[in-house]
Amino acid sequence: MAIVYEKSKGLTDTPFHYCPGCTHGIIHKLVAESLVELGVLGEAIGVAPVGCSVLAYEYFNCDMQEAAHGRAPAVATGIKRVHPDKVVFAYQGDGDLASIGTAEVVHAAHRGEKITTIFVNNAIYGMTGGQMAPTTLVGQRSTTSPFGRDEAHCGKPIRIAEMLATIDGAKFVERVAVNSPANVRKAKKAIKRAFECQLAGKGFAIVEVLSTCPTNWGFTPVKALEWLKDNMIPYYPLGNFRDFEEEK
Amino acid sequence: MAKVLMKGNEAVGAAAIKAGCRYFFGYPITPSSEIPEYMAKAMPEVGGVFLQAESEIAAINMVYGAGGAGARVMTASSSPGISLKQEGITYCAGAEVPCVIVNMMRGGPGLGSIQPGQADYYQSTRGGGNGDYRTLCYAPASIQEIVDYVMLAFDKADYYRNPVLVIADGMIGQMMEAVEFKDREKIELPPKDWATTGTGGKRKPNKVNSLYLQAEQLEIHNKRLQQKYKEMEENEVLYEAYGLEDAEVVCVAYGTTSRIVKSAMKLAEEKGIKTGIIRPITVWPFPYDVFKEIGPKAKGILAVEMSGGQIVDDVKIGIEGRLPVYFNGTTGGMVPTPGSILASIEKIAGGTK
Ligand SMILES: Cc1ncc(C[n+]2csc(CCOP(=O)(O)OP(=O)(O)O)c2C)c(N)n1
Ligand code: SF4
Repeated sequence: MAIVYEKSKGLTDTPFHYCPGCTHGIIHKLVAESLVELGVLGEAIGVAPVGCSVLAYEYFNCDMQEAAHGRAPAVATGIKRVHPDKVVFAYQGDGDLASIGTAEVVHAAHRGEKITTIFVNNAIYGMTGGQMAPTTLVGQRSTTSPFGRDEAHCGKPIRIAEMLATIDGAKFVERVAVNSPANVRKAKKAIKRAFECQLAGKGFAIVEVLSTCPTNWGFTPVKALEWLKDNMIPYYPLGNFRDFEEEK
Repeated sequence: MAKVLMKGNEAVGAAAIKAGCRYFFGYPITPSSEIPEYMAKAMPEVGGVFLQAESEIAAINMVYGAGGAGARVMTASSSPGISLKQEGITYCAGAEVPCVIVNMMRGGPGLGSIQPGQADYYQSTRGGGNGDYRTLCYAPASIQEIVDYVMLAFDKADYYRNPVLVIADGMIGQMMEAVEFKDREKIELPPKDWATTGTGGKRKPNKVNSLYLQAEQLEIHNKRLQQKYKEMEENEVLYEAYGLEDAEVVCVAYGTTSRIVKSAMKLAEEKGIKTGIIRPITVWPFPYDVFKEIGPKAKGILAVEMSGGQIVDDVKIGIEGRLPVYFNGTTGGMVPTPGSILASIEKIAGGTK
């Protein structure tokens, strides 16, 4: 019998702990497949964040370091400077990257650090039980914005891809979503290209992935995908903001 | 090798490179900025990397990454910067990432002053970060000792897979003395087969991590760490001590203050007062046992520190209530004078003979 589908060799056999319908798992798969297809799994060193994907070090089938909350870009910098010939990536949530670790990611981008960052934007703090993130939409309820995020009180959600695209050292910046098969395919392409950016020695690469948190949004998995499409994509437009071959 | 004249902060950098450190991540702060400045010039010459981080938090996390990736790595700072590094230090301890952290201490709390201080003693010996961890901590009192103990710190960090601190005060950082880079005894070190170097498809993935979600697993991990700290307590205590058998007053001091204490002891001798000194070279583990060598003539112990008296706790543990413990200290960047220490010695001894 012909094999039509196989779990990626870039993932270990450890079962994911993610909630049903959570799209962290899809994003893991895309990263793992990209590393395998580029033939660099054995050269890869990943950095796991603090957040729901903290256990990423159990899931990726390559060397991994677990970083303090928000510090993954600094940890990845340390690794890459020691092993410039290896493929170093950081996997971070939106509390991790866009709140506590903003300084670290901005400066890693600014230095043109040759690392690849997978930034999972689910508009909420998943792991700690659904508190407001810097990416939480205006009007969106969370446990620390129980009446909906109020712009006058805590500002508008931060657009990381647009912000990092203003930095010269960021050579590849794209925002994707994993809410439909077509978007998942586009996400895969972007993630692979973000690794190619590193392999070409161009500079910092980041893919912002719009992702769901059915548990803390309080939706079924299907409803969560719809909510992402109807609410997140209008505020966080998909597309490429920087591509390294454009720069001559 | 011939002796060379070196400033304390430069000696830190030179010794680190001599010990095989090829990665330095730091952020400028007085009175330790000459360390990153030295590294910025010296690292490229030996094919190493100096990187100025955006903050001390980033610097220590770069250290965590580089140390986890198997490199000999160092960061250096002064008191407020070391406070910011505490998060990274506890992660290094938890994940067993070897690294060396140098603190050229200044006056505190808060922004404090840029003058020399020793008020980071609690932070250095009790662990400034969260959780049950310990860090070996050397307190050199001369530029030669900076060279010797910075080099040793790298071996010990690798041997124990643990962060190692070197603390000195701003005075030692700025001072110039002649130093010699001596040939060192080779320590048998375990291979870094746990480091993140890429599997090459040839082995199971390595994980550098301090998270243990199962309480039972964390306890097993912690018990192993405690065992390691116990081993350090048994094998790594270093101190200088003399005059304890017939001293009327025993002084306890480390770093710059120990040198001032020694001047005061000479003045006391001229006045006919017998004194002794215990100078911890490792402030953790602390040389508690040597307090047993204090003879019957002793009337009291005098602790001297550029602080409000942080070392007094350890002196009290060491003397086990057998003698009264007194303190003479300066804070805020003031340096104690031999005259004031002599006055304390005289008081404890019960006046001049
Ligand atoms: C220094 C520190 N502060 C706070 C926390 C608690 N904490 C753990 S995960 C998290 C938020 C994670 O949210 P996000 O990055 O959005 O990832 P998600 O869980 O949504 O995937 C917080 C605040 C921590 N572990 N460390
Ligand atoms: S809490 Fe949200 S982000 Fe975390 S695993 Fe569950 S669904 Fe995913």
